[in-house]
Amino acid sequence: MKKTVTLGALTVAALAAGAAGAATLDDVKARGELKCGVSTGLAGFSAPDANNVWQGFDVAYCRALAAAVLGDPMAVSFTQTTGQTRFTALASGEIDVLARNTTWTFSRDVDLKFEFVGVNYYDGQGFIAPKSLGVASAKELDGATVCIQTGTTTELNLADFFRANNISYEPVPIETNAEAQQQYLAGACDVYTTDASGLAATRATFETPADHVILPEIISKEPLGPLVRHGDNEWGDIARWTLNALVAAEEYGVTSANIAELSSAPTNNPEINRLLGTEGELGAMLGLDAEWAQRAIMAGGNYGEIFEKNIGEATPIGLSRGLNAQWTEGGLLYSPPFR
Amino acid sequence: MATISDPPERGFRLSQLIFDTRYRSMTIQVVAMILIGLLLSWLISNTINNLEALGKDFDFGFLSQPAGYDINQQLIDYNNQMTHGRAALVGILNTLLVAVMGCALATVLGVIAGVLRLSNNWIVSRLTAVYVEGFRNVPLLLWIVLIFALMTESMPTPRDFRGEDGSSMILGESVAITNRGVYIPNVVFSRSLGGNEIAAPEPEAAAPAASTGANMAGTYGASRIATGGAGVQTGQADDNASGSAEGGSDAGTEEGGEVIPSSSGWDWLLILAVLIAGGIGARVLGKRASHIQEATGKRPTTLPLQIAAILVPLIVVLVALGASLDKPELGGFNFDGGVHLRNSLIALWLALSLYTGAFIAEIVRGGILAISKGQTEAAYALGLRPGTTMNLVILPQALRVIIPPLISQFLNLTKNSSLAIAVGYMDVRSTLGGITINQTGRELEGMLLLGLFYLVLSLLISGVMNVYNSSVKLKER
Amino acid sequence: MSDTHAQTVAYVRDTMLDQQDPPLNQTGALKWIRENLFSGWLNIMLTLLSLWVIYAALSHLLPWALRGIWDASNLSQCREIIAERYGAGTPAACWAVLAERWPQLIFGFFPKELYWRPILAFLIFLAAVAPVLFSSVPRKMLWVSALAPFVLFWLIWGGSLWGPVAAILGFVIAWAIMAFAAPKIGTLLSVILAIVVPVIYWLTLCGPLAGALASVVPLALEQVPTQNMGGFMLATIIGVSGIVLSLPLGILLALGRQSDMFIINKCSVAFIEIIRGVPLIVWLFTASLLLNYFLPPGTNFDLMLRVIIMVTLFSAAYIAEVVRGGLAALPKGQYEAADALGLDYWKSMRLIILPQALKISIPGIVNTFIGLFKDTTLVVFIGLLDPIGLSNSIRATTDWNGVYWELFVFIGLCFFIFCFSMGRYSLFLEKKLRREHR
Repeated sequence: MKKTVTLGALTVAALAAGAAGAATLDDVKARGELKCGVSTGLAGFSAPDANNVWQGFDVAYCRALAAAVLGDPMAVSFTQTTGQTRFTALASGEIDVLARNTTWTFSRDVDLKFEFVGVNYYDGQGFIAPKSLGVASAKELDGATVCIQTGTTTELNLADFFRANNISYEPVPIETNAEAQQQYLAGACDVYTTDASGLAATRATFETPADHVILPEIISKEPLGPLVRHGDNEWGDIARWTLNALVAAEEYGVTSANIAELSSAPTNNPEINRLLGTEGELGAMLGLDAEWAQRAIMAGGNYGEIFEKNIGEATPIGLSRGLNAQWTEGGLLYSPPFR
Repeated sequence: MATISDPPERGFRLSQLIFDTRYRSMTIQVVAMILIGLLLSWLISNTINNLEALGKDFDFGFLSQPAGYDINQQLIDYNNQMTHGRAALVGILNTLLVAVMGCALATVLGVIAGVLRLSNNWIVSRLTAVYVEGFRNVPLLLWIVLIFALMTESMPTPRDFRGEDGSSMILGESVAITNRGVYIPNVVFSRSLGGNEIAAPEPEAAAPAASTGANMAGTYGASRIATGGAGVQTGQADDNASGSAEGGSDAGTEEGGEVIPSSSGWDWLLILAVLIAGGIGARVLGKRASHIQEATGKRPTTLPLQIAAILVPLIVVLVALGASLDKPELGGFNFDGGVHLRNSLIALWLALSLYTGAFIAEIVRGGILAISKGQTEAAYALGLRPGTTMNLVILPQALRVIIPPLISQFLNLTKNSSLAIAVGYMDVRSTLGGITINQTGRELEGMLLLGLFYLVLSLLISGVMNVYNSSVKLKER
Repeated sequence: MSDTHAQTVAYVRDTMLDQQDPPLNQTGALKWIRENLFSGWLNIMLTLLSLWVIYAALSHLLPWALRGIWDASNLSQCREIIAERYGAGTPAACWAVLAERWPQLIFGFFPKELYWRPILAFLIFLAAVAPVLFSSVPRKMLWVSALAPFVLFWLIWGGSLWGPVAAILGFVIAWAIMAFAAPKIGTLLSVILAIVVPVIYWLTLCGPLAGALASVVPLALEQVPTQNMGGFMLATIIGVSGIVLSLPLGILLALGRQSDMFIINKCSVAFIEIIRGVPLIVWLFTASLLLNYFLPPGTNFDLMLRVIIMVTLFSAAYIAEVVRGGLAALPKGQYEAADALGLDYWKSMRLIILPQALKISIPGIVNTFIGLFKDTTLVVFIGLLDPIGLSNSIRATTDWNGVYWELFVFIGLCFFIFCFSMGRYSLFLEKKLRREHR
């Protein structure tokens, strides 16, 4: 029996992934694989398909990052994290980057010692209710039963909202989105509250989506974005500028269709040239090669393409761009210049 | 344990520490102690280093910060402005509630199923076998989730109670079974010891009255702020102003406001005390009857007296407190009033009880089978009837076999109640070990407190049950 | 009345009557039904109640299950087929989700072309436990059991063959020390050496040796990272490794709890009670949230490994109690006989007490394993993809969002089949042991 003890020792030797030291970039390169934390499943944002391939909006960011750093968008291993375990997983070095629709808040940034690299989705907490309930505004919800997902900022927002409006409610905390959806559909709660994007994604999969309305109130600001550990600024820069490259690519009209052509030779637009590495030394400054952004964009397209493919209006999720349009089109997406 | 030969003639030598069985155990223990100490100090120093590296400290101060989240089921007052410590306490009480309810129901279910499984009735014994095997061999988590979903899917929503052809309440319009839980009537008191809220027409605040019932010292502090009219007005209830608790006239009504019946822990404590006193009285009556029977051979009828000993004081107290039923009524979105047994509680309670009941059924069956058939036959030979045989001969002996494993089943149930996470029941793991840890980032302190709570609870239960176990144990000389 | 005795008394019969069939209601099915189902008013009520329960359950379940749709690529298509075939709103199952996703529920994200590896590993595992569980299997099979952990590890995780081989070498060293050095340098010293030398070997030489061997003869399987493991495979890996790894520790703890030595005894008791007093889910959260605090800064374990460590400690406490029961059940004469033979503590344990105690503990160990296997579902709360976790992921895809009962029914059935057969086995063993003891 004692022989099996070695199995443990052996596994330690085989699996211990070395020190989660400061140089995440070196670790990732040495490993040949990016470890990315995603949610346990949210339609359109991250979920495995029948061929064991992860798909979704958050997943696409990880693939772009892997393409930029390692040259292979598939060189990502996805770790599922729950609302409770996600921060520990990142802090302990179990994952290199957390792309799990996480809200950027002061205390998470400062107190929990993480670094948000940007916002990939501007969201806000909303409510969904059956049309038959006859509710037009969240302020009419006095005494209603509200389903919420635990371990998120939603429960705090909800408490604040109802307190500010001096109305009462009955919270029903639920662990996963799928579970909450089942409770809501069965009528165990009057309304379901979560991020508006999640609401749209959830509603899209109902048997009769038209029977449910999303209430106009958005009771919080939820800037969702990827985050990395505090203290490794090189890695933080790579994560941040990969995201920015996707956004900028859309702004400059660089798509997965024309990127091969645009990057084959310097174009007239110096901004595009610097982005795609045909001019300047931006890649080298990051510690990567010149084509890093080119690969990131080729992985899944620019921000707009990723959006349309995973959660856009053509998909069952059917989200409109709204706040997430480019600044030139009235949205909030605004990439700092590449120079 | 080892046999000891003659004492060595020479003095102590160092090698005796290893080769002499008398000293060797000492050596081993010291070595073990040093090793364990080293291990512990290694772990602790690692923890300190890690905390330092993360810039965290070890501090329970977060328990006194405002929690900021709401808890739906509260056995004590709580709102989101209260502290994390208070939230943890609410969670602890919820855990205890479901554990106690679960243990009670599981025992009942287990005993019934265990007896039925031995029944001659083929269908019944097969069906019980299906129940037992089905619940024993599928993970509890799955059962909790399934029962929760079943309840939400198959029960009517509160909305269905509106209109003519919808669902209707049962038991004289007093109990509503919905997919949000079961609403049952609540007993409320118009002369509550905890003080009643008064719907005062004017904000004429009553002067805080000195509580004359000195033995009810805590009562006064429980007077609450009442809401009335347009805004929030303060009107203090002083129902205890004139005289003793039971006979006290209602000061609130004298002041012109309408008393809102309510109930407080003190009322229930009083009722419990009266019930216990009645029970003791009934026992005394029974003992007296036994004495008379032994002396004279005739047993006086005591049953009516015993019932009266329990019921009469209870009724007196209930009338004195002005008890009435607060029935649930359909409000805006939900039922208002009454007691709301939430679905999460019921699902968790049922799943825990059914699951543990299946194990208890096997224990009970084993216990009954363990009693040799000769015992039954001997009892019949003495002329005892089957019911009496079961009560006086079989069960007392079977209990001895049943109780030790039963204790560990109760422990399991208590620990399994932490699966409340699956249905969103706000037990201590969800409040202290869940949301609090998540909001404050104090994993180490939170998990430590959580583990400590469960440990103390387990030790308490096994301690109490062991005392009971030793009282029913076969007394061997 | 022709057959009555004419001479003597009129009412005395002097010939035998032919044997008659028993009355209809005293034979066959009717009698059985009357005696077993309708023997009294309580029984009648119970029977009717049971029949009603069975009817109520089956009348809801069977049509739903039998109408099930097996070929659809997503939920809305499935609903359309149901509406077309049976009319809208008819309850019918969408088994299509299982048809599409069952490999995921069983193997997690294990690469499809490598499914033969976990299957082979499972077969080897069965062969390895056979000699332990069934006494009729030849004893030589125990060699398979001894080698199996390494082979299984290699098959499931892949990588170079030389890693496990180099690890086995450590045990060979330990055995060699015990066999050849013990007579020369004494038992105590050789025991210490047999522990220390292999540990040093594993920590220093083992890795480079495996690397060197691999560079000479590269024999390797494709490596599969732990993130890709899930479903029932994950549950089995955690359950099996938890039980197997916890056996040695559990036996030591049980011996410690029986020991006369005060400190050893109290430490064992404290460990067992602390572990058993706290729910597994709290330990799992400890593994996921806290274990990194207790290890030297910079160490970083794979989550699954952390869970296995925690589960091992957890089940060790339970195994210890089972083994303690086995030790206590042995007649005192066995201990006294061992002492009378002049065996020292370890020899008496190894040669006399433990073989018997472990044998009667096997049903308990199997039951602990069933409990542990069921409890592996709790890892879903720390983000591992056990069957329930996978069902959540599957329901998060746009194709299957909204599927509910089908997945849970499938998972429940799989668990039931596995646990039920294990439970039957342990009952069979208990009965056999009882016979042997008579």
